[in-house]
Amino acid sequence: MLILFLKSAVIAGTPLLFAILGAMFNERVGNLNLGIEGMMLLGAVAGFQAAIYSNNPFIALLFAMIFGSLGALIYAFLTVTLRTNQVVTGLTLTIFGTGLARFHGQKLMGMVLPEDFSRHFKPLSIPFLHEIPVLGPFLSIFLEQDLFVYLGFVSAILSGIYLFKTRPGLNLRAVGESTASADASGINVTLYKYIHILLGGALCGLGGAYLSLVYVPSWQENITSGRGWIAVALVIFTSWNPYKAIGGAILFGGLDILGFRIQSLNIPVNQYFLRMMPYLATIIVIIIGSIRKSSRHTPPKDLGNPYFREER
Amino acid sequence: MRKKIFCVLIAVLCFTMLLTSCGETSKPGTDGQGNEKKVKVGFVFIGSGNDAGYTYAHDQARLYVEEKLGVETLYQENVSDSDNSCIAVIQSLIDQGCNVIFANSFGYMEYVHEMALAYPDVKFLHCSGYLDAENMLNYFGRMYQPRYLSGIVAGMKTETNKIGYVAAHPIAEVIRGINAFTLGVRSVNPDATVEVVWTNTWYDPATEKNAAIALLDKGCDVIAQHQDTTGPQLAAQERGKWAIGYNCDTSDIVPGSFMTAPVWNWGPYYAEQVQKVIDGTWKSENYWGGMEDGVVDLAPLTKNAPESAQEKVDEMKAKIISGEFDVFYGPIKDQSGNIKVPEGSSLTDKEMLSMDWFVEGVIGNIPQQ
Repeated sequence: MLILFLKSAVIAGTPLLFAILGAMFNERVGNLNLGIEGMMLLGAVAGFQAAIYSNNPFIALLFAMIFGSLGALIYAFLTVTLRTNQVVTGLTLTIFGTGLARFHGQKLMGMVLPEDFSRHFKPLSIPFLHEIPVLGPFLSIFLEQDLFVYLGFVSAILSGIYLFKTRPGLNLRAVGESTASADASGINVTLYKYIHILLGGALCGLGGAYLSLVYVPSWQENITSGRGWIAVALVIFTSWNPYKAIGGAILFGGLDILGFRIQSLNIPVNQYFLRMMPYLATIIVIIIGSIRKSSRHTPPKDLGNPYFREER
Repeated sequence: MRKKIFCVLIAVLCFTMLLTSCGETSKPGTDGQGNEKKVKVGFVFIGSGNDAGYTYAHDQARLYVEEKLGVETLYQENVSDSDNSCIAVIQSLIDQGCNVIFANSFGYMEYVHEMALAYPDVKFLHCSGYLDAENMLNYFGRMYQPRYLSGIVAGMKTETNKIGYVAAHPIAEVIRGINAFTLGVRSVNPDATVEVVWTNTWYDPATEKNAAIALLDKGCDVIAQHQDTTGPQLAAQERGKWAIGYNCDTSDIVPGSFMTAPVWNWGPYYAEQVQKVIDGTWKSENYWGGMEDGVVDLAPLTKNAPESAQEKVDEMKAKIISGEFDVFYGPIKDQSGNIKVPEGSSLTDKEMLSMDWFVEGVIGNIPQQ
């Protein structure tokens, strides 16, 4: 029972994981992007539409990434090139993305992906895994999942290696910590910002696509139902660290599905309270995040500041 | 300064969210030309016309009315029933010339009633409620009859003797459906139980699917639903298990799990009512039609259903239609084993409409409202 619960928690956490990674890349280059929700929805609707047309998972994922990045491109152009206020621009992107997805999604309502599309995202079954004592069932939580979940883990690990072990990763962290110093040391700040904001958008698009292609899988208005906002908070919780993002995503995925499990165990807890849990936990997480004031848990120093070279 | 800006931003955000929640879609239909007394029918829908579920069934009836009577119809989809937004929608429909209004969700009832008192010349037909007026009636179908039949199919199919039921809101309509279903299950399989999980939503594919997965994880091998999407049926299909749908035949959407579904057929009733308005003979008479009127029915059994079920279903269906059999005919026990309906008697309509207890064989609680 617990294993089954944790398995579902990993699945429910996957869209969050992509969104956290996407938000993290934005913030690591110093851009606070509140448009996560909008980019997720763009990715979700584009991926779903592409899946209906092409019946091909690669094309569906590609479109989700492209449309997530297109949303991010608007944001990047406004905040990096035109230096608009990042908070306002991000909120606008969310409203825009929500509206566009809703508009386009009208005609997708009630459609269900064909069986031979969903086949590609069936959970894998690994032979002999359950025969390993103790560790077997535990490993199955992570391994007996669909390929999209794997993609999430791989993205998180690759992001970690990229951020902490490579030269461009160091540069991008420098851009977020002190844009002026990075600029002075010869890093192309604008290029770095554009690339990583777009990359973040693509990841958010994938997060949305997981919802519309695998998790649900059909079109539903506001399919993300606030997950983008939770991701914004979870970036703080996981201290801008892609490895911790995995844990954070699974934890919140678990909170998301806790309600029905408790209900079916016949434990008398108010359901409205249970539905409140992820949001309540988000608030607590932000409070904890602001209390932990060590250098490892603070945001990139130049987060939210538009960069003017002349004002150095 | 920054704080101030932030406060303003939040205010702006809240406001825009309010704005975005009221989009409008309306489409003129064919015009009934040369009609002296021009009847224009407005529909207020809880969901979307192509949701392959509850609202789809109503929208089919709207199209049926258009085609059959040639009257013009207007409709608005996705109107929330948890706040008063349907008042503005009804107002706009009346402003556009509608003189007959259909509203298809229980939660609209008080607002529809309010509007009925304000517009005595407009006829209001509200689905599934109980408040009425000179110019407002309530209509619904005895969905519990086909639910009983679908229970027979589920009871014959289950191997684990555990059937899951994804239920929306804990109101009498849903409870009645669960009870009828369970009676159907246990009429053919007295050992089977029906486990209920509440979602607190009519329409939310992701939530409904999650609820079904929780039930499947507990060992249920048939999933029934009182929900308006195919979410629970998809969950069953992914696990290689079986499902009973609701609202309409979704065998083409979830061919792997769908066995049958209790379905709506509103068309003839809608057309009849609109015709009465045209003829000037319309009266506010509440309607609760059953299988004998064809307003509710059971979708054809698919190859997923057990072979022997068809015969049994046909037999009971004939008995229900002829009035020989009543679903809530005693003796019926509640969850704790007390006799609720004594032998030789049946529940009255009033008792059925206010049902707040589960029959024996249901596992789950009814949350306090």
